[in-house]
Amino acid sequence: MPTIGFTANVAKYVDVSPPRLTGDTVRAALEDLFAINPKLRSYVLDDQGAVRTHVVVFVNGEAIADRATLSEAVKDDDEIFIAQALSGG
Amino acid sequence: MILVGTRKGLFFVEDGRIASVHFPGVQVPMVLRDPRDGAIYAALDHGHFGGKLHRSDDEGKTWEELTPPTFPPKPDDVEDIYCPMRKIVIPWSLKLTWELTPGGADEPGVLWAGVIPSAVFKSTDRGATWELNRPLWDQPGRAKWMGGGFDYPGVHSIAVDPADSKHVTIAISSGGVWQTRDGGATWAATSTGMHNSYSPPGQEGEPEGQDPHRMVVCPGDPKRAWVQHHCGMYRSDDGCDTWVELKDVEPSTFGFAVAVHPTDGDTAWFAPAKSDMERMAADARVVVVRTRDGGKSFETLTNGLPQEHAYDLIFRHCLDVDSTGDRLAMGSTTGSLWTSDDGGDSWATVSEHLPPVYCVRFG
Repeated sequence: MPTIGFTANVAKYVDVSPPRLTGDTVRAALEDLFAINPKLRSYVLDDQGAVRTHVVVFVNGEAIADRATLSEAVKDDDEIFIAQALSGG
Repeated sequence: MILVGTRKGLFFVEDGRIASVHFPGVQVPMVLRDPRDGAIYAALDHGHFGGKLHRSDDEGKTWEELTPPTFPPKPDDVEDIYCPMRKIVIPWSLKLTWELTPGGADEPGVLWAGVIPSAVFKSTDRGATWELNRPLWDQPGRAKWMGGGFDYPGVHSIAVDPADSKHVTIAISSGGVWQTRDGGATWAATSTGMHNSYSPPGQEGEPEGQDPHRMVVCPGDPKRAWVQHHCGMYRSDDGCDTWVELKDVEPSTFGFAVAVHPTDGDTAWFAPAKSDMERMAADARVVVVRTRDGGKSFETLTNGLPQEHAYDLIFRHCLDVDSTGDRLAMGSTTGSLWTSDDGGDSWATVSEHLPPVYCVRFG
């Protein structure tokens, strides 16, 4: 079960629990999260299911490259972290 | 009450004072009080985290987050449409909720949303769920619509005919004026008479190339409508089917905002700005121009508004009139908010220190 964490800037607006997910890809893990917590989906993904332009998904500290299908594999001890890409003012 | 959406939150103004602040730090591009049930809707733009929609049924004490208008999955067999100017793909993804309008009195729970990119969504359950209006989204002419201040075109004005809830008129920047008379099953472009001076030669009058910045229809006289267009000011006398340009209005025929009296279609207010290249108050003076004779003549209203070194710009949703037609409210990009109790003859300053104002509505 990979773990998931969020920047405090997301947690300020919406519940980000639970901390542990099932799934063997980033997409599967996030779908597990959204099934439990549907409101989170639109904070992370756009309408077509890609990562939002100004959001970054990290796995063990590395930003994922496949932002459209989120196909990267994740293992039980991996850490997914979601943050905003620096922009704006 | 006056609802003021800004770059950094939503403000409720009562009795000339800021009464409460909601969603501090978050952009609020659109807000609506539904006169049918009293609910308040706030469209949010989190920037990083996208567009959201919230509703309050207790005067803002609590807010419920709703599902925002969301595009369906793009079918694989549908080709992308590109902005005709910049050749960028118009995404099937919400960028901004730019307009919220209640359905007719005979349609409780119905809401219309205009969004960027240029689409209309309809809810029949007080904003809990939304459906993309495919007949408009699938218009072949959509390939001619283009972005302006935003990357993509958008629907910023929606007017529901008080006599027929299935008759809905919208305005798109840039994409012209469109009408449906069957509740959204079919749409027709009705921009005839408008003129786009920056289009290539020969294309100035193309209906789908028009850039209405804001359109308002008189609720008590729906044949009469007004548009502040990128290239001028317009009036319609036939329910938005055709448009007549109003020329030689001082200090400028450029601007974004227009408001119409709720019952007297001859009376409208515009907030002019200096040219599309500068987009500041003309001569650094904030003024409102008012007609009470259907656009034959205009008065320049200045009493109570700053008349020197004022660089405020009034965005398209930032001038509103209440249901009496006497009270006006206007907000600016530099965070000023003014109100008038006498149809614009005189103005009082509520604040000069708000965040940039995106939306002002009585409610």
